[in-house]
Amino acid sequence: MSTKHGKKGDILLEMKDIRIDGFSDERWHKIIKGIDLTLHRGEVMGLIGESGAGKSTLGLASMGFTKPGCKITSGSVVFDGKDLVTASEDEKRSLWGTRIAYVAQSAAASFNPAHRLLNQTVEASLNQNLQSRDLAEADARDLYKQLQLPEPENIGDRYPHQVSGGQLQRMMTAMAMSPRPDLIIFDEPTTALDVTTQVEVLVAMRSIVEKFNTAALYITHDLAVVAQMADVIKVLRYGKEVEEADTRKMLKSPKEEYTKSLWSVRALEKAEAPSDDIILSINNVDAAYNGSLKVLHDVNIKIPRGRTVAVVGESGSGKSTTARVITGLLPPMVGNVEFNDGALPAELKDRTKDQLQRIQMIYQSADTAMNPRQTIAEIIGRPLEFYHGLSGLQKQERILELLKMIELDESFYDRFPSELSGGQKQRVCIARALAADPEIIICDEVTSALDQIVQEGILKLLLNLQKEYNITYLFITHDIAVVNAISDEIVVMYQGAVIEQGLKSEIMSPPHPEYTQLLLNSVPEMDPDWLTKLVKSR
Amino acid sequence: MTDTPQAYSAAAEIGQIRERRTWIQIAKIELKKAPYSAWFGLIVIAIYLFVAIFAPLLAPHGEAEIFPASFAPWGGDFVFGTDQIGRDIFSRLIYGARNTIGIALATTLLSFAIGGSLGLIAAISGGWLDQLLSRFVDVLMAIPGLIFALMLLTIFGSSILSLIMIIAVLDSTRVFRLTRSVSVSVVVMDYVEAAKLRGEKLGWIMRREILPNIMPPLIAEFGLRFSFVFLTIAALSFLGLGIQPPTADWGSMVRDNASMIQFAKYDLTAALTPMIPAGAIALLTVAVNFVVDWFLHITSGLNDEH
Repeated sequence: MSTKHGKKGDILLEMKDIRIDGFSDERWHKIIKGIDLTLHRGEVMGLIGESGAGKSTLGLASMGFTKPGCKITSGSVVFDGKDLVTASEDEKRSLWGTRIAYVAQSAAASFNPAHRLLNQTVEASLNQNLQSRDLAEADARDLYKQLQLPEPENIGDRYPHQVSGGQLQRMMTAMAMSPRPDLIIFDEPTTALDVTTQVEVLVAMRSIVEKFNTAALYITHDLAVVAQMADVIKVLRYGKEVEEADTRKMLKSPKEEYTKSLWSVRALEKAEAPSDDIILSINNVDAAYNGSLKVLHDVNIKIPRGRTVAVVGESGSGKSTTARVITGLLPPMVGNVEFNDGALPAELKDRTKDQLQRIQMIYQSADTAMNPRQTIAEIIGRPLEFYHGLSGLQKQERILELLKMIELDESFYDRFPSELSGGQKQRVCIARALAADPEIIICDEVTSALDQIVQEGILKLLLNLQKEYNITYLFITHDIAVVNAISDEIVVMYQGAVIEQGLKSEIMSPPHPEYTQLLLNSVPEMDPDWLTKLVKSR
Repeated sequence: MTDTPQAYSAAAEIGQIRERRTWIQIAKIELKKAPYSAWFGLIVIAIYLFVAIFAPLLAPHGEAEIFPASFAPWGGDFVFGTDQIGRDIFSRLIYGARNTIGIALATTLLSFAIGGSLGLIAAISGGWLDQLLSRFVDVLMAIPGLIFALMLLTIFGSSILSLIMIIAVLDSTRVFRLTRSVSVSVVVMDYVEAAKLRGEKLGWIMRREILPNIMPPLIAEFGLRFSFVFLTIAALSFLGLGIQPPTADWGSMVRDNASMIQFAKYDLTAALTPMIPAGAIALLTVAVNFVVDWFLHITSGLNDEH
């Protein structure tokens, strides 16, 4: 089926010198500073860039829509011959949902929990009287089948909470596809999914977009994903275009320095160094929440001193629960944690100050890990006075020293967390952990909320600190690129059990246990043919 | 902006630095933008406070000074006349501000100390302690407040101390609920967990990690609670169980002079006399509410301009 309104290769969407302002802190800021964009029918364009680059704002602007507090100040958005900037609300509304569809990052937040999925899938088609309910529902079931959803005949009768995250994301693609739009905007549709789930969703989305010859804007910060999905890539930064080129050309020979730096992040790799000096070992641990829901099954992990052990696995595999057992937040039912040859008390309240000081933790979200009402000096200074009894000038000097260690200058001393960027916040969290003078730091997905370039900075910092102070890391992550960059040893977890533990080189080279194989296969590579090859090899 | 790409450097990552404002500057900016209702409320509260603090200097006569002329008309030596035993109503109004506001303030502070700390403890510790406290509060709240207060006052006698204690305990139930519900969302934050992992004591976590983050709703509630406490005391005094004579208080002044309203056809000003303390109560309540509204509006970050 070709698109209803034209043939492949025609220009579908043309944005000229679009400028968007946003209102915050009592003044207008420029968010998009003049971008041109041309999208042909049946073409998929990837929009990439770090957060704040204006990807999502530009994506929404292609529908003629801006978020509350934003406005299009100049430029034009011509969709199929009609300028959406000057179009009336009614005109735009007749396009939205039917000829232009939007797939958001969080599918769970985009579905109405009170209605069955099938009704929501066909809603847009019915509202615009595109087809009868029977036809629309039959078509929706067909879409479910093509998106490889289980039980395509009946799955529509379920409610949103009755399907998994990956299924819901595909469901949303079905909803967007139901009226056969000319253009779909995918806004980070797989960012919240596990790698193993992400592959399924990517395959489904790509095949259906190809089949119906739909044009798409694919917004993401993940280069490897965009390499699979897009025909053309446009790189954005600070609301401006850095460069645009065909995917293959862009991957092979990026022109701009910024693009090159984006590409190089994934090349970071630590040379592994084996060690037998065990600092912390988790022995035969079983753990459960509320005494009933068992989440860890006979977990054994050994962590050598001054090394990094990466724990990988999808969400729900027990990675973070393991961290909670080590810190004493969740006492194990069976087994124990040995630290420096002595067993740690299971409960947090039974541990001595000395034991607490030696094990520190850094969280995934630096936003919630720092009290918004405390200054950076208070945040970093508290462990200093609490563990080491420092005060006054001594404390102040040590804080400045720590700031220097995390590559921030003294101007950060009396700032509040809200005045810092994401990467800076995570650095302050690292400084707070360092302030305690720990022997081991547990890093729980510390880089997964950050942009690639910022990630690289944090990883390099952690590596340098390890070299200098011989700190041990337990690094929880789901990102294989991060594992490569930082670890000496790897622990693979699945459904609360350890699948294997070993040196990085051992784990990364075949033969693999079944799950490790699946996990490694699911990690997108920068090769644009990767997904095609993967589908073929199945 | 030039897009010179570079290796990542944290110092270069700084966006615009917002200028740091002291709270006095912030208050000035907000006051400039404040609506008329808020200004009205602030001015009224300021006048009340002024009167309460300087009562002995402002009042022409003593608080309980009795003159031979009872039920004297308005004007002359007595601006609003005298009451049934010959005390100057104007002076008693002024002293009444001091007593009524002072007692209401003490009561509200006490109820926040009780309800706030128990609410925080319930939110942090959770489990059976939270259940115990919450259910106990539910039981207290199930009993109609005024009737319960009347009952307790008859048991313990209506001294100012027991008045403060009883109303504070009864009112702390609402403070408890509010504190607990706003704290629950702060307690789950990673920084509270980080403090626990550091080995911090419960008191420190309450004071330093949680309290600063729940202040705005608590301050707003303080204003509202104050209004309610103030009204409750006035109501109790009107019923004769609140502040006891000869201490001047607006609630009992309304009761003492209520019968004068029947003389409206002979002397309008005499009939207005009981309305003045009643009006004073109403005005302060409205003023406090205006200010609380404004404060909530600022701190909730709601902006209706855009």
